[in-house]
Amino acid sequence: MRFDARVEVTLREGIADPEGATIERALPALGFSGVHEVRAGRSFRLVVDADSEAAARELAQSLADRLLANPVLERAAVELAPR
Amino acid sequence: MGPRVGVVVFPGTNCEYDAATALGSLGADVRYVWHHTVSLDGLDVVILPGGFAHGDYLRPGAIASFSEVMGAVAEFAEAGGAVVGICNGFQVLCESGLLPGALQKNAGLTFLCQPTEVEVASDRSVLTRGVTLGRRLTIPINHFSGAYVCDDATLAALNDGDRVLLRYTHNPNGSVDDIAGIANERGNVVGLMPHPERASSELLGSSDGLVLFEALLASVRATV
Repeated sequence: MRFDARVEVTLREGIADPEGATIERALPALGFSGVHEVRAGRSFRLVVDADSEAAARELAQSLADRLLANPVLERAAVELAPR
Repeated sequence: MGPRVGVVVFPGTNCEYDAATALGSLGADVRYVWHHTVSLDGLDVVILPGGFAHGDYLRPGAIASFSEVMGAVAEFAEAGGAVVGICNGFQVLCESGLLPGALQKNAGLTFLCQPTEVEVASDRSVLTRGVTLGRRLTIPINHFSGAYVCDDATLAALNDGDRVLLRYTHNPNGSVDDIAGIANERGNVVGLMPHPERASSELLGSSDGLVLFEALLASVRATV
């Protein structure tokens, strides 16, 4: 089976996010109000071959935790869709 | 013959010549070590110099931490060998788990290239052994991701274990607790963001970096 996987890597709660804070500060200057708690992150797209959805999820989560995210700073969330 | 120092070179490393020259000027017997090297036998010191290993893709140090040489560096450190990661090398040591914590983007989101003043906060590490506590050194930084970050338990362990070797006197990048350099529990693996090799001659504006390199070579001579 083949799956489209999206891995979203975001900073953990409590880790300062200067990028998100800078984006948030820029919004009022552009006329956007009422926007709070902007957090910046990264998104990765992968195609995964596995015997089951559970196996694909485990593989994607495992490579995300090992390589795509630094567990000291970040957490990785995996979304899967069958192809 | 002086201590045998290996300076690791990854694709994208750019401070290896400066580090080799500074250590060579103090009498070290320096050679370069390519990142595919799997044995560090015969070396007394391993330096992971600054630069942009593997283009800093993904995160600084992330790809380099899986290099073949890093397995050898871990074994070398385990056997008590002196390992010093400077700037990008510090990032590699954190990514590979040889030092705790991580280096995050600078608080001001700007690349910082400037002389900084640091204070020697521990004399237990191979890089600061014998250096007077509280001594202030002017050494340049040159980084975008240099803000040291760790959880509260790690910070307590660093402080309780006397493992913070250098602190900024004027925190330039948002590092937790003004940390500029840390060591592992045994003090033989050290990482720091300032570049001692760039403060290795009065012609460069400061020779304070030699204080650290002299301490490093003296630490090694004492144990060889």
